[in-house]
Amino acid sequence: MRILSALILRELKALFYSPIAYVVLGLVLALSGLNFYLIVSAFSAGPTPVTVVEAFFNTGAFWFSFFAIFPLITMRLYAEEFRLGTYELLQTAPVRDWQIVFAKFTGAYLFFLLLWLPTALYFGIYRWIAREQAAPALGNYFGTYVLLALMGALFVSVGCLASVLTKNQIIAAILSFVALAVIFNFSILGFVVPNLSPASRRVLSYFSSVEHMYEFNRGILSTRPVVYYLSGALLLQYLTYAVLQYRRWKF
Amino acid sequence: MMIEVEQLTKRYAGHWAVDNLSFTVARGEVVGFLGPNGAGKTTTMRILSCFLPATSGTARVAGFDVFSQSLEVRRRVGYMPENTPLYADMRVEEFLTYRAALRGLDSTRARRRLGDVLDLCSLRDVNRRIIGHLSKGYRQRVGLADALLHEPELLILDEPTIGLDPGQIREVRELIHRLGGKHTVLLSSHILPEVEAACSRVIIINRGRIVASGTPAELIRQSRAVDVLRVELNAGPADASAALRELPGVGEVASAGEAEGWMSFHLGVAAGADPREAIFQLAMTRGWKLRELSRRTPSLEEVFVDIIHADHR
Repeated sequence: MRILSALILRELKALFYSPIAYVVLGLVLALSGLNFYLIVSAFSAGPTPVTVVEAFFNTGAFWFSFFAIFPLITMRLYAEEFRLGTYELLQTAPVRDWQIVFAKFTGAYLFFLLLWLPTALYFGIYRWIAREQAAPALGNYFGTYVLLALMGALFVSVGCLASVLTKNQIIAAILSFVALAVIFNFSILGFVVPNLSPASRRVLSYFSSVEHMYEFNRGILSTRPVVYYLSGALLLQYLTYAVLQYRRWKF
Repeated sequence: MMIEVEQLTKRYAGHWAVDNLSFTVARGEVVGFLGPNGAGKTTTMRILSCFLPATSGTARVAGFDVFSQSLEVRRRVGYMPENTPLYADMRVEEFLTYRAALRGLDSTRARRRLGDVLDLCSLRDVNRRIIGHLSKGYRQRVGLADALLHEPELLILDEPTIGLDPGQIREVRELIHRLGGKHTVLLSSHILPEVEAACSRVIIINRGRIVASGTPAELIRQSRAVDVLRVELNAGPADASAALRELPGVGEVASAGEAEGWMSFHLGVAAGADPREAIFQLAMTRGWKLRELSRRTPSLEEVFVDIIHADHR
């Protein structure tokens, strides 16, 4: 336990000792602030069929800032240690590889969760100023933040795997960016491709984060996305672990 | 036995970095690993510290196999890699506290050991500084402090003095010497006086194989390098070189310069022989003037060069 908490703390510190944490925080705060401002402006113009929470998490500004942060917060995880040789220190300490994998994931994941805390504040502000709820029930908030956490687990894992494959942070960032772009395009394929058969449209919807968000922020928690994100995250973390093991024991 | 290495082999794409290496190191020994660049020193040390797997053969540290009982080995080894990689963004104290936690030291012991290693490596005055801002010498000492934190049974130091100035080299050398009593130390170097001063035994490796092993004195005795006499005399017109060559125990005679009638010679001396008295007598009877007569045993450096040279032939 002591080893794990030391490793996780080190990951968080590494983020905040570098400018990356502040750049990402700034980016997310700026984009989500803008996003919130635009939505509230639109709402004040007249009645809309959706709630503030639904609108907030379904704009381009949200999805862009959401997908852009993962390469940034995960690229240095392994790549930097490989390049600087500090991985040699880590690997020759009595630390198990799964502890390293878990700690690196957790460090980046905690930072990811921290990024979305301020958005809760927006809805509080909205309630205070507009004297109406940003969403009709607690379930809307709950579903939304559960889905954010689930998506984060998978996408941070994508970044972890990209970073463990190279000792160059830029390459790691590009790898995870490309992988995430593919995942995101799958999310919107169902909306943009005309004449899809109902079956393929359904299969695409299983992988569509945008559709998951549409369900979850109306308070509908289905198990399919839960299984998708968690099993995907586990698989990628296992692959990351396997790469580390390979590096350690390759002959 | 602290280290037992048997027929250890490491193959990188296309060449053998370590080729059928076998040696043992007893508890409490300070052993110097000597060899030219690319001889396989770092590879061997990386295998012993569980950073690299061997291609074949076994290596055991304190009785534990580096491959199958790696965690046990890592608990007992303090390893300082070449070029001492460190987290440049952390402060010295912060880094060492983190490393202590990784080694599983509880907080009381971690605090005590932190104080110990800060004193031992003279890091007290920089313990709040950021590692990235420290000079090379200080960083080297932070690496050493890190390796010492958990009071390891075996210290593996890869080029501990590389990049240091002469004063710092002496400090590190003295530190290693002090550690010798408590720890077993395996250090690599190609700075020979350092090895000669700090180590109780030297293993010379070349192209992945051991070419010589023993105490510095033993190596010098075993080597083909011979003692050398320096003689400087004024023999007038006589042929001093031929006369010297006829003396018993004198091998090669090399002229080392002449100035204003004074001639210098370097004389190779057979093992066990000491022709200095005979030279003095010779000069007396011939009426030559003698102003230098000294004997020099070969340095480890000459022995090393000789051994490596012989290995390449």
